[in-house]
Amino acid sequence: MPKDEYQSRDFKVVGTRPIRPDGIDKVTGKARYGADITAPGMLWGAILRSPHAHARIRGIDTSKARAIKGVKAVITRDDFTYQPEDSDMADILDNCMAGETARYDGHAVAAVAATSKSIARAALAAIEVDYEVLPHVTDVDEAMKPGAPVIESGRQQENVPKGYSENVTGRSQYGHGDPEEGFKQADLVIKRSFKTAATHQGYIEPHACLATLGSDGQGDLWVCTQGHYMVRNVCAGVLGLDAGQLRVTASEIGGGFGGKTHVWMEPTALMLARKSGKPVKLMMSRDEVFRATGPTASSSVDVKIGMTKDGKITGAAATYRLQAGAYPGGIAFLSAMCGFAPYDLENVRTEGFEVMTNRPKAAAYRAPGAPMGAYPVESVIDELCQKLDLDPLDARLKNAAREGTKSSYGPTYPAIGLEATLKAAQSHPHWTAPLGPNQGRGVACGFWFNFGGDTCVSLMVNPDGTVSLSEGNPDIGGSRASMSMMAAEELGVPLDQVRTIIADTASLGQNEVTDGSRVTFAVGLATIKAARHAVEIMKERAAMTWGIDPEAVDWRDGAAHPAGPNAGKFPPMTIKEIAAIASNTGGPIAGHHEVNAEGAGVSFATHMVDTEVDPETGAVKVLRYTVFQDAGKAVHPDYVEGQFQGGAAQGIGWAINEEYIYGDDGRLQNAGFLDYRIPVASDLPMIEPVILEIPNPGHPYGVRGVGETSIVPPLAAIANSVSRAAGVRLTSLPMSPPKVLAALKAE
Amino acid sequence: MRFETPTSVDQAVALLAADPEARVLAGGTDLLVRLRAGQVAPSVIIDIKRISEMTVISQEDGGWRIGAAVPSAEMNEHAALKADWPGVVEAADLIGSTQIQGRATLAGNLCNASPAADSVPAMVVAGALARIAGPNGTRDVAVQDIPSGVGKTSLGKGELVTSIYLPPKPAHSGDAYLRFIPRSEMDIAVVGCGVAVALDDQGKISAARVALGAVAPTVILSQSCADTLIGTTGDDAALDALAAAATAEAKPIDDKRGTIAFRKDVAGVLAKRAAKIAIARAKGEA
Amino acid sequence: MSRIHVTTTINNDETDYLCETDETLLDVLRDHLDLTGSKEGCGSGDCGACTVVVDGRLVCSCLMLAAEAEGRTIETIEGMAGGDALHPLQQKFLEHAALQCGICTPGILVAAKNLLERNPNPSEEEVRYWLAGNLCRCTGYDKIIRAVMDTAANTRGAA
Repeated sequence: MPKDEYQSRDFKVVGTRPIRPDGIDKVTGKARYGADITAPGMLWGAILRSPHAHARIRGIDTSKARAIKGVKAVITRDDFTYQPEDSDMADILDNCMAGETARYDGHAVAAVAATSKSIARAALAAIEVDYEVLPHVTDVDEAMKPGAPVIESGRQQENVPKGYSENVTGRSQYGHGDPEEGFKQADLVIKRSFKTAATHQGYIEPHACLATLGSDGQGDLWVCTQGHYMVRNVCAGVLGLDAGQLRVTASEIGGGFGGKTHVWMEPTALMLARKSGKPVKLMMSRDEVFRATGPTASSSVDVKIGMTKDGKITGAAATYRLQAGAYPGGIAFLSAMCGFAPYDLENVRTEGFEVMTNRPKAAAYRAPGAPMGAYPVESVIDELCQKLDLDPLDARLKNAAREGTKSSYGPTYPAIGLEATLKAAQSHPHWTAPLGPNQGRGVACGFWFNFGGDTCVSLMVNPDGTVSLSEGNPDIGGSRASMSMMAAEELGVPLDQVRTIIADTASLGQNEVTDGSRVTFAVGLATIKAARHAVEIMKERAAMTWGIDPEAVDWRDGAAHPAGPNAGKFPPMTIKEIAAIASNTGGPIAGHHEVNAEGAGVSFATHMVDTEVDPETGAVKVLRYTVFQDAGKAVHPDYVEGQFQGGAAQGIGWAINEEYIYGDDGRLQNAGFLDYRIPVASDLPMIEPVILEIPNPGHPYGVRGVGETSIVPPLAAIANSVSRAAGVRLTSLPMSPPKVLAALKAE
Repeated sequence: MRFETPTSVDQAVALLAADPEARVLAGGTDLLVRLRAGQVAPSVIIDIKRISEMTVISQEDGGWRIGAAVPSAEMNEHAALKADWPGVVEAADLIGSTQIQGRATLAGNLCNASPAADSVPAMVVAGALARIAGPNGTRDVAVQDIPSGVGKTSLGKGELVTSIYLPPKPAHSGDAYLRFIPRSEMDIAVVGCGVAVALDDQGKISAARVALGAVAPTVILSQSCADTLIGTTGDDAALDALAAAATAEAKPIDDKRGTIAFRKDVAGVLAKRAAKIAIARAKGEA
Repeated sequence: MSRIHVTTTINNDETDYLCETDETLLDVLRDHLDLTGSKEGCGSGDCGACTVVVDGRLVCSCLMLAAEAEGRTIETIEGMAGGDALHPLQQKFLEHAALQCGICTPGILVAAKNLLERNPNPSEEEVRYWLAGNLCRCTGYDKIIRAVMDTAANTRGAA
């Protein structure tokens, strides 16, 4: 990892709060999202989905659907004649269109394209599927037991111990030292079991795309996604196309939070387009989004922690069991890595089990695995503090990881910001504000790795001296603004001289999806390097004009300057002047940078929340919420704050009301925003964001990713707050009113 | 599927009577959801919003007649109606978001026949009457007699509710409706409770009506709950007795929105809290 | 199937269209009239992304049949700015960074404008309850509420 990337400097643009460049389009309704585009001769696609949690597909009769006027294509799995060799691709294909078996309620079994939405709906209704219903399992603990219905045989990895169902496909282990020895040194050891429900990312924009694909294998796809390069690569891999023949353009994206880092239906749209010979628009309904795209995993966790009277954690252990849904994979290993990551521990061991169930394939959701990693750990630490009469912030500070700490998942930390968030929390007025009856205050910490990855950026200096920046990551929350800001900072030009666009897959090299809070870090790093590349070229052009050595040219304030008196006396050449004569000094000027970015700094947050519990109904009201998080360097503080606030709000929903509810029949009972209850405006207080800036050594400006860490602490912070308000420890999420009232009455 | 816009009640009745698969469209906030989900496929949709008498709130014999096409937002903006029957107006105001308020109607909420309909317990304790027009003319029916089961009504072939009548507000009386939902807005009632009381000259409760929603297939108008209040001042003992009676009266089910135990408990809590508000209003304190 | 001819006023322009009975106003706005600023987030009135104003009242255009619009006056997000002059709410949403992904923004702006026309001095609680039918998954609502409150304060100050 390049440790020397960070250099302290005075910023002119970075750290200010300009209006975002895509703002006007978005407040006037002009911005084009996934479903907002049409094409001449376009057809409407629709997907038929299994009503059964688990069923063998004995046959599909599409003849009646094909006979309907206006129906131009009907496809089933038989139409996907290419069989990917890669098992991940084969799983994605099977998830997009079921083969022999429908594995969950909502699994696609057929699709149509027709001249109108209503004809497409009628065609779906005319398709006859012969199902043989099979036994199903949707609960993670049940699915692990020997004898549970098996979702797919032969997928278990060798590292799974004997005695489990084949549904347990993987096991991971982390840690160091000996927790059992540690527990012996403790004054108090608490062991508890916790559960969290599956929650959905809940982006407001359903998946949508517009596809064309010719018999020559050339295609175009317009799609709302967090990664159009990923969509291209996966669609090519699933359909046996050449990636270079498929151009994918990212639409504006109406939220993703990890849920749009996967492919759920785009190969289907392409196949319908190929079969019909027409462009096909395919959009999911909200019901389909809930039933057929991945929520995050539900979890079942055991945690054991020992602490001394003065608050030192002596031993720590946790077992995480997470449901991966209908295909192998899963994120229990991430829970196992993240749970104890905030702490400097001598004895810590964690293990994670990945478990298949008859549910939609679990997907990434903002810091995948980390919230359910932290929730049980932070809950038990809080309970230890209560029982040992310790201040929960002091106790966390006593155990806090810092530079040089060997983390619970392996690496040794460079400079990190956990202590700074804890100290900021201690000195904030929220911490000492009085509480009323039935109110409680909770705190919790959270960790996320952050990520870099493959990144390409191209920066063009136009003939008039303005700058066009191309990047390849969909702008999910203001990243065009921050890229323009970093380019302007590096070039020394006014912000309005730079415009950033999201290039399609044919216009820029490979880019990793918008995940791991990577964009401001990695694309920012590539933007800075691309700008430096352009600056080097411009320095050469100025040197050529002046007839001096390029080494003798400095770049500052958007202009080339002679480096000193010895370089010669020349008036500065501005970017505009250099651009104007570029044709005569060697041709157009552009910088670019291609990198697998490393050095994404880990980030930590501490959250503080006050809740009030209605002792008669179990209803929880969130009264006050403060987020303390290390951003490394906040490029655009408004959007950093927005990430803090948005993550907290999603965590509040997860903690109090959100859950996938399955019936005994294995069907999802609440596939809509009415009964899948994300927070509404009147549910929440203002969420105060406190930005800490502990520079990331791996980024030129010290930037760390900020998008994901903010969802890690809320589950435990609220659970701790509610448990203190109610006087009883809550161990199951969501803490819905019936659960809280039952816990109160059991006391 | 045809779309009809009758301009008189007679036309609407004729259309409705002519086709057993016809559906009445008032605010559409339930019907369109069902259409979209493929749960209903009517042959004709009869939009009643062009029938002028069904779009107004008018005073009648000291009470209020609310047309079947009046959206709840309009009720909420009607100061005199709100002053007389705040519980009914508040209940109507709880149905969905601001956007839903712009469309949803009392009559629609009633005829949708959901056990959890917010306005129904409030109308029931107010003694509201539904006016029904049909092939055989017009009749008035107590609101609680309209829903006959989950999603079912007692309306006959060709009949529709044209208005709701709220009787004159009795002297020294007050009403209130409370519901429990997991969020602060945008949810279906897990339990609902309407209470209306009238006080005598000594400040004792001389008449009371208590109705529970979402705890049985149809609204429960509970005499045993009312009896706990009548003759009392609404003191703590009476309220505790009311809560116990409401818990006993509730016959809920376990479902995705709540458990039997939770609904029974909360029915008692809401009855007590709604009664307090209704009594305070009767005393002119709120 | 014969379609229904509807004449209506949308953003001050007289507009007519043909629709089927089962098409919603949102279907027609988006698919027939290219007014795609109104979004479909749920199709069941639970998210508010399709919010428009019909005869002065907020409605979810997904919960209104297109055929019902005959003779009505409809306002959508596309009619909110006056030419190149943003409505004060639009401007404040930009200044306060009250949007992240922006998919809920049109519906929230339409709803907020209707609130301020009825109540120029709303409390924070009134704003939150008025907008409870407009889901936002990105922001936690904080900056949205501040932008609406600030617009109201500014408008009062200017009056």
